[in-house]
Amino acid sequence: MSKKTLVEATINGETVEFLCEPRQSLLETLRDVLELTGSKEGCLTGDCGACTVLVEGRPVCSCLMLGVEAQGKNITTVEGLATNGVLSVLQNKFLEHAALQCGICTPGFLISAKSLLDRNPKPTEHDVRYALAGNLCRCTGYDKIVKAVLDAAAAIRSQGEGKAAAR
Amino acid sequence: MHAINYDAPTTLDQAVSILKTHGENARPFCGGTDIIIQLRAGVRRTEHLVDVKKIKELQVLSFDAKKGLRLGAAVPCIEISESDVMRRHYPGLTEAAHLIGSLQIQNRASVGGNLCNGSPAADTTPALIVLGARARIVGPNGEREVPVEAFVVSPGRTVLKPGELLVELLVPAPAPHSSDAYLRFIPRNEMDIAVVGVGAAVTLDGDKVKAARIALAAVGPTPILASKAADAIIGMKLDDAALEAAGRAASAACSPIDDMRGTAEFRLHITAVLTRRVLSIAAERAKKN
Repeated sequence: MSKKTLVEATINGETVEFLCEPRQSLLETLRDVLELTGSKEGCLTGDCGACTVLVEGRPVCSCLMLGVEAQGKNITTVEGLATNGVLSVLQNKFLEHAALQCGICTPGFLISAKSLLDRNPKPTEHDVRYALAGNLCRCTGYDKIVKAVLDAAAAIRSQGEGKAAAR
Repeated sequence: MHAINYDAPTTLDQAVSILKTHGENARPFCGGTDIIIQLRAGVRRTEHLVDVKKIKELQVLSFDAKKGLRLGAAVPCIEISESDVMRRHYPGLTEAAHLIGSLQIQNRASVGGNLCNGSPAADTTPALIVLGARARIVGPNGEREVPVEAFVVSPGRTVLKPGELLVELLVPAPAPHSSDAYLRFIPRNEMDIAVVGVGAAVTLDGDKVKAARIALAAVGPTPILASKAADAIIGMKLDDAALEAAGRAASAACSPIDDMRGTAEFRLHITAVLTRRVLSIAAERAKKN
């Protein structure tokens, strides 16, 4: 067995140090070492997107990245979406629209959707479907997920307008 | 996955030194979207991964109207598809990079990695070949350059010797009145492995073809430069007869297999169809340049 490496990364805004073996994926490291079990293991081949996390703001499959590659990186997992136990607008819209059934794919969808909304506050349905194309869901048929993301975008925009008006 | 060692050198010298020390037991590592899967499945074995993403020469993406494109081997596909310069000057290579996998994959996978993985079905490899791209390699005995069409030697195997590493892809500047295009056939809309892929680059002189290159994916053990298909249209007006001739010659350059994605017969047919279409697209683009 190769020896463990010390890795320092920023995960969900906190600086974290952890030990991992080079053969361990970022997903294994998050789940088994850091006990952040929100990111899910689906296919382990980069097809399903259940393990999607943001690395430097970009969505990647954490099953296809090594834990040691996280050194110095800024990583966001689904655990980083809520603030002090309060769900984000996007998460609430998934609940409102019943955009999940079994829930295994949901953390990955939330992360991909967050990445889209961070870049594009006014996405079209096509933009949403394109951004979520790397995430598979076998329950919902996708429509509710797409509606939830579009509604979240609208809600975040009107929040922004509200804040601007208050100033 | 079996136990491995990992290094992330920051200079070419360090990378070559580590690769040389471990010889056949080491492999350069970039986006990991192929090799992590292969190591897990046991279809490739390596003791030592040398992460090349921190080496600045491998992250270069620069275009000069005279010298052409320098594309570092580790530049992720997303940087190519988001680049206006790439879209304008190399639309075929850009569309090939853009149709690899999901956004999650494009954020990690690189054109250099796509080439080094050595798959006959790699989408960006024919797109590089038609542009006349050369692969700049460094190793323990210095540097060398290899034309991309000679880089892959058999499925999963390349010209890279132990200790060597792909630094960058050098692509000539597009000639006036030229352009490129890439098309692939897959049984669904997106995100699959090519059943057939065809790239073309065309330079026009008035309404006649002055120069052309056509390259094929997934129809033989390696990506194929179909020189005779290009010869069939050089000096010709790109009418239906010329397109038919190029398509026939492209099919004749294939040695496809039957597999779960398609039969050999189907692949030969699709190669001709895509060759006609991709040449038309490249020529339309070339007219505007």
